[in-house]
Amino acid sequence: MLIATLSLPEQVVLMLAALILLSSFLMLAQVRLDSMINTFALQGLLLFFATLIMALISGKYQLLISAALTLFLKVFFIPNKLRGLVVRLDINREIESITNPSLIMLFAASLVLFSYYVALPIRALSLLATRNTIAISLAVVLIGMLMIISRRKAVTQVVGFMSMENGLFFAAVVATCGMPMVVELGIAFDVLVAAILFGVFFFHIRTEIGSLDTDRLNHLTEVEK
Amino acid sequence: MNGWLFAIVQTLCVVFFAPFMAGLVKWMKCKLQNRQGPPPWQPYRNLLKLSRKQVVLADTASFVFRIAPYVVFSVTIVAVSVVPVISVQLPTAALADVIVLVGFLSLARFFLSLAGMDVGTSFGGMGSSREVTISSLAEPALLMAFFTLAMNASSTNVSTVIAHLSQGSLILYPSLIFSSLGLILVAIAETGRIPIDNPATHLELTMIHEAMILEYSGRHLALMEWAAMLKLTLYSLLIVNLIVPLGVALTLRPGDLLLGAVSVSCKLLLLALFLAVVETAQAKMRLFRAPQYLGLAFILSLLGMMSHIILEVR
Repeated sequence: MLIATLSLPEQVVLMLAALILLSSFLMLAQVRLDSMINTFALQGLLLFFATLIMALISGKYQLLISAALTLFLKVFFIPNKLRGLVVRLDINREIESITNPSLIMLFAASLVLFSYYVALPIRALSLLATRNTIAISLAVVLIGMLMIISRRKAVTQVVGFMSMENGLFFAAVVATCGMPMVVELGIAFDVLVAAILFGVFFFHIRTEIGSLDTDRLNHLTEVEK
Repeated sequence: MNGWLFAIVQTLCVVFFAPFMAGLVKWMKCKLQNRQGPPPWQPYRNLLKLSRKQVVLADTASFVFRIAPYVVFSVTIVAVSVVPVISVQLPTAALADVIVLVGFLSLARFFLSLAGMDVGTSFGGMGSSREVTISSLAEPALLMAFFTLAMNASSTNVSTVIAHLSQGSLILYPSLIFSSLGLILVAIAETGRIPIDNPATHLELTMIHEAMILEYSGRHLALMEWAAMLKLTLYSLLIVNLIVPLGVALTLRPGDLLLGAVSVSCKLLLLALFLAVVETAQAKMRLFRAPQYLGLAFILSLLGMMSHIILEVR
């Protein structure tokens, strides 16, 4: 299927898919917490537009509800909540050092290739014109995972987790025109509850170990040896 | 025959107007910063003045130092002759494809950095080492962006790529958008503009291009500076004609050529304004952050290539 054979809205969805992947890469490279949260909100916005366009071209209007949920939760509510947390924890100006950033970027690029090969047989099952984006959404999930692995600060790990969920949601929207409404509502509220719970956890982690560096949870004793 | 004549005239035009392009960016930048600014044709005056001055050579300068300005200038002209400016019907385009074009640019850079090290001053060596560091990081990104465009058009010839892109209806290629972003970032780094290098400074520890040509004087310096302006124009032409191929003449008919000339001037004007705005809004980066910047360019080009393979082909 050549891109030239698609209609303009479908081309826009493919474009948005590529932009979502780019925002994942940007999040992976971002060292400042506030700009990372902004990038996360941007990814949510792109996801909202993709869902909106998919709802309009497929005629499945329940996707509009998902789009509205995405807009409310992932563009406004969760980023605002995270921003507030970061300000209250007084780490909004903090810079997190990434060990070997270029290696991680290359690893993320190879993850994209990997998900392309993994998604080849899955893609054959879907009949939608936008099925090529399954590989992209899988890559977004894997890059979110990579972010959780490669970062040490709890807040960035949470953002990575949320962007993993973005990838899953995007896969559901573009490959099958959305999950059943019950599932979707369930996941949306799970994420919402997770965001609130994480906020509580941040405070607990900090009061327990005096920092948000999750590497220090590996130590068994409080005294550095 | 007609085509060859046209190609030669077109190349000469670009060579002649290159200082104006550089002067224009500078003038717009000055206006944006509320400064008086030299008029856009100031670079012509500078070149004329320099060509009248006596050449002063260091005692330690070898023949490399003396031939480098001529090599750099002529190689850049050859590179310019390959790029379609007004029309894609260019017989010179058969001389070289994008890979050779990048090769021409690296040949010029090779001689430039040799000349920087030749006299043996510490500034020259520093400038050369920085230039080589930055270009070794920028070149993969540049080639990757070109390859994505080439894969779209199934040809590595610049003319064919532009002709392919300007035909057909409007299709939103994600790969093109990413690779053109990568191309812009690389072009800014390669032509020594802010945020990688500051073209306005002449004596500063972090300068790159100026450090290499610090020992030059007279007509040698004029040629080196002209080559740098030519390189800026070359990259600008590549960017405007590859990203917005609208208006590039597909034939050699006078009407099409006129339209092509008008459109390319408008596009260059817009690009000059864009450059001036960017250079006003941005500060120069620390030198050690340049790898990050070029890493972003590489990731963008790589994403362009991958989105071409994943999203567009099948």
